[in-house]
Amino acid sequence: MENLSLRLTEIALGKKVRVVELLSKGLSRQRMLDLGIVPNTIIYVLRRSPFGDPTAYLIRDTCIALRDDEAENIIVKDL
Amino acid sequence: MGLTHSASTKQGLKDLFNVEKLKEEDCVIALAGNPNTGKSTVFNSLTGLHQHTGNWPGKTVVNSQGKYSHKDKDFIIVDLPGTYSLLASSVEEVVARDFICFGKPDVTVVVLDATCIERNLNLLLQVLEITDNVVACVNLMDEAKSKNIKIDIEGLSKELGIPVIPTTARNNVGMNNLKDTIYDLCHNKIETCPVQILYPREITEQLQILTPMLSSIFMDKINAKWLALRLLDGDDSIINSIGKFLEYDLKT
Repeated sequence: MENLSLRLTEIALGKKVRVVELLSKGLSRQRMLDLGIVPNTIIYVLRRSPFGDPTAYLIRDTCIALRDDEAENIIVKDL
Repeated sequence: MGLTHSASTKQGLKDLFNVEKLKEEDCVIALAGNPNTGKSTVFNSLTGLHQHTGNWPGKTVVNSQGKYSHKDKDFIIVDLPGTYSLLASSVEEVVARDFICFGKPDVTVVVLDATCIERNLNLLLQVLEITDNVVACVNLMDEAKSKNIKIDIEGLSKELGIPVIPTTARNNVGMNNLKDTIYDLCHNKIETCPVQILYPREITEQLQILTPMLSSIFMDKINAKWLALRLLDGDDSIINSIGKFLEYDLKT
């Protein structure tokens, strides 16, 4: 059964997902890669700030806050 | 906080390269690592200085330098800003990369956080592509222990092909071992053979064309294979840095 691919911004709080693809380009892409966001990385949605942007994610044992315009370029699917 | 105007301009960078050797045989050590791995604590522990340490991003944007002696030799140690990468997208990354590339440190110590070693290896691999003389210092061993994380130091050292030293810099644990290893590496008493990163075939083919061309221009001033990779990346900032430090305009 193939799970549906979603943008990271569409994932509910407290869910765990697996990275499928990184759509970012240029510097932003390099930054995401440097932070350890590569295909198959597990991301846990930790908490949202009061206005919903940015969101804190747990990535490779580290809490990283990403803006929606970064996170929407990360394509993930349910575990 | 952090970047003052004067610190972010070229002069700031120039200061960084003003490593004054008192004697020709003095060794220059660069201290690199991800943010928040305790580079400055390692620095203080090595030098006995009390550079401000603090837990906020960008604390060490411009470097600090210190000295220590070990076994009758003097070492000058340069604390670089913490970065996740050397693929230069911010001032910190450019500073760290330029120093490792053009400052020609005798040994580069990469400080790793024992509690999340995986995410630290990216930077370590990037440093290994530039220089062979690298010691990995796995810091915060006490925190790893309290989190029940066990680290196979010997296995890591074998995989990477470089010395790996566990430390708890905060309590000065493992620092003598680190000093010994830096000493040995500086004086060619140990050899490293860093793990080589394999690239896809198209990239390897381009590398075989570019690398000899670049090494005939720059000789041993820069690692030609690494430079070829950056040029294939389309990294403009390295072209600028080469213009600045080696006075060669690659654009022509």
